[in-house]
Amino acid sequence: MRHKRLIWVWTFLALPILFYCVIRFYPTLQAFYLSFTNWNLMKPPKFIGFANYVKLYNDPQFWKVFRNTFTYLIIGTPLSLLISFVISFYLDRVRILHGLIRALYFLPFLTTAAAMAWVWRWFYQPAPIGVINDVLGLIGLPQQAFIRSVDQALPSIMVTSIWAGLGFQIIIFMAGLRAIPSTYYEAAKIDGLGEWPILWKITLPLLKPTTVFLVVFSSIGFLRIFDQVYNMTTNDPGGPLGSTKPLVLMIYQTAFSSYNMGYAAAQTVVLFAILLTVSLLQLWILRERK
Amino acid sequence: MRRGILLAGLFTGISVFAVNSAQAVEIEYWQYVYETRVKAMDQLIANFEKANPDITVKQTTFPYADYQTRVVAANMSGSGPDVMQLFYGWLDQFIAGDLVQPLPVDTFPHDKIESEFFPIVSAMKRGDNYYGLPTAVRSLALFYNKKLFQEAGLDPNNPPKTIDEFVAAAEKTVKHDANGNMTVAGTTMDMAGQDHQWWREVLIRQNGGEPYTADYAKVTYNSDAGIKALEFYTDLQTEQKVGEVGFMDEGQAAFRAGRAAMTIDGTFRLGSFKSIKDFEWGVTELPTNAAGIRSNYASYFANGIGAKVSGEKLEASKKFLAYISSPEAMKVWLDTVGELPARRSAALTDANLADPIYSPFLKALDYAQTTLFVDEAAQRQTAIDMVNRVLLEKQSPEDSIAQAAAAEQEIIDAAKGK
Repeated sequence: MRHKRLIWVWTFLALPILFYCVIRFYPTLQAFYLSFTNWNLMKPPKFIGFANYVKLYNDPQFWKVFRNTFTYLIIGTPLSLLISFVISFYLDRVRILHGLIRALYFLPFLTTAAAMAWVWRWFYQPAPIGVINDVLGLIGLPQQAFIRSVDQALPSIMVTSIWAGLGFQIIIFMAGLRAIPSTYYEAAKIDGLGEWPILWKITLPLLKPTTVFLVVFSSIGFLRIFDQVYNMTTNDPGGPLGSTKPLVLMIYQTAFSSYNMGYAAAQTVVLFAILLTVSLLQLWILRERK
Repeated sequence: MRRGILLAGLFTGISVFAVNSAQAVEIEYWQYVYETRVKAMDQLIANFEKANPDITVKQTTFPYADYQTRVVAANMSGSGPDVMQLFYGWLDQFIAGDLVQPLPVDTFPHDKIESEFFPIVSAMKRGDNYYGLPTAVRSLALFYNKKLFQEAGLDPNNPPKTIDEFVAAAEKTVKHDANGNMTVAGTTMDMAGQDHQWWREVLIRQNGGEPYTADYAKVTYNSDAGIKALEFYTDLQTEQKVGEVGFMDEGQAAFRAGRAAMTIDGTFRLGSFKSIKDFEWGVTELPTNAAGIRSNYASYFANGIGAKVSGEKLEASKKFLAYISSPEAMKVWLDTVGELPARRSAALTDANLADPIYSPFLKALDYAQTTLFVDEAAQRQTAIDMVNRVLLEKQSPEDSIAQAAAAEQEIIDAAKGK
């Protein structure tokens, strides 16, 4: 009986495993191989050793893109988690219109990233069509260049990305908050603990599994940021002057605009290594200490 | 049972019949999806099949973004097209990848090609061979908003002819609000659009320079002429304040919305500008410099024959290619797609030259240049960055152009070294 059930289990599992091997793992391994070749689609790939990696190391554009990617990660992840935690913490206590407010926060998450990016792109335009600059003009503040400025462009795009992911994080945080047994809070109140100690000693520690999940999830999201940047800067992808270009966009351009498949594969391997390292590091830092 | 045999016999008869009719040669034609282009090609195929009942042509289309990849992938698996469309700038890659073959000289003699087509067809020649022929070509011109011209006291039927008149017209038509924000641009500034071509092939030459060596293997715009051309361009924003990079997001959007008096754009924009209802617009040749020197940038998609095509398919492909680059086909293309005929006889007809919209573009074809890009997007990016460094980072034009020249040379060298 047990044996029979095992066969069934494996029969059902075989399909997704096969699928993963053919669609995911094989191309991944292939990318590792391609990163050591000079494949440009036109001619059969030729093995060139570490040349692509050396080129990447000496490419100033790569280091700029590297810096941009980590700026998205290092500012984007903590900021988005802080905002979503504060919102869900207070939203948890709101009784009136609770569902409506929650839905409003969640809506952007349901919207296509491309559509949202275009709307924001128009928001950021100079005065005649840009809403934000129109408002700034009305209250007498100077016009801002936003995505036309080398300094403001990256934060401008990051804001839209944080806003887009907020709804998801809020929902997860709220679920985490609700999962904390109320007996802890009742006990704390009987002991006469104030708001802050309750937050520090009970809520945050018990919320840790949720936080770990969101940190890893959001980090991967920021490391892979592409849609927002690409759609908000299509005329000058990742511009102005490469100031908003993330690694994924560089890979995309190298592969599908310049057809440098080998070089793009090398960049992909680097991205893979970064994602793996960052995720493992986070899991290790935020691990359960017993 | 007997009935069964009868039926079987009938089916065999039908299938033999079907096989017989399929004896006619079928060739496959590939291009990217663009509604009017597909429609025009459908019409050309119908005409061609009527004249050649023994040949059928199957048209296959792909989204533009996928097109090159598809051609390459199909070639690898040996199922590529017999006749295909390719951008002139892809030719080096396509030859290197063994995707196209030289046009057979019996059907396409060189002296005929050179005398009947506009000189820009030379961009399809490598060594002693031509690898494709265009049906239609594109060039640039200056579009202007007649309503804004009139409001500014300019004659809407007398657009600027020289570069000085162009700047003067921009200064008259530009409008700012009380806070100094631009509300109407005198001219659009959009390096990501066609301005980089204007700068490369027109402004540099008008300032007495050459953008590249004749074979386009060496960048030569890091010169006084290049600097003067760049300064002229950036001054439009910083000195004359008649345009702004990024105004209304894109140059063509600003012009469409009636918020730019002038814009430089190509034939391919005609379709979109024709739907403008709020104002009348006109087209004129790109302004000359004070000495009367003209230049322009022309580009085109050509049609070539797949490298592996041979035998009767090759014969059919030759016939088809000859037809789609015939004057008759060019007429169909002009009427349906709005792109200019690539042959002098089909282009420079009295009717076309009298046409106020087509004639400025047509006149340009005699003096237009065709930049041999190795990676158009990457090379355009160097020009976009060059202008941005001056406008956003206050780098000097001299340094910026030197940096752009070095970056572009690297792209060219990398591609040629392959």
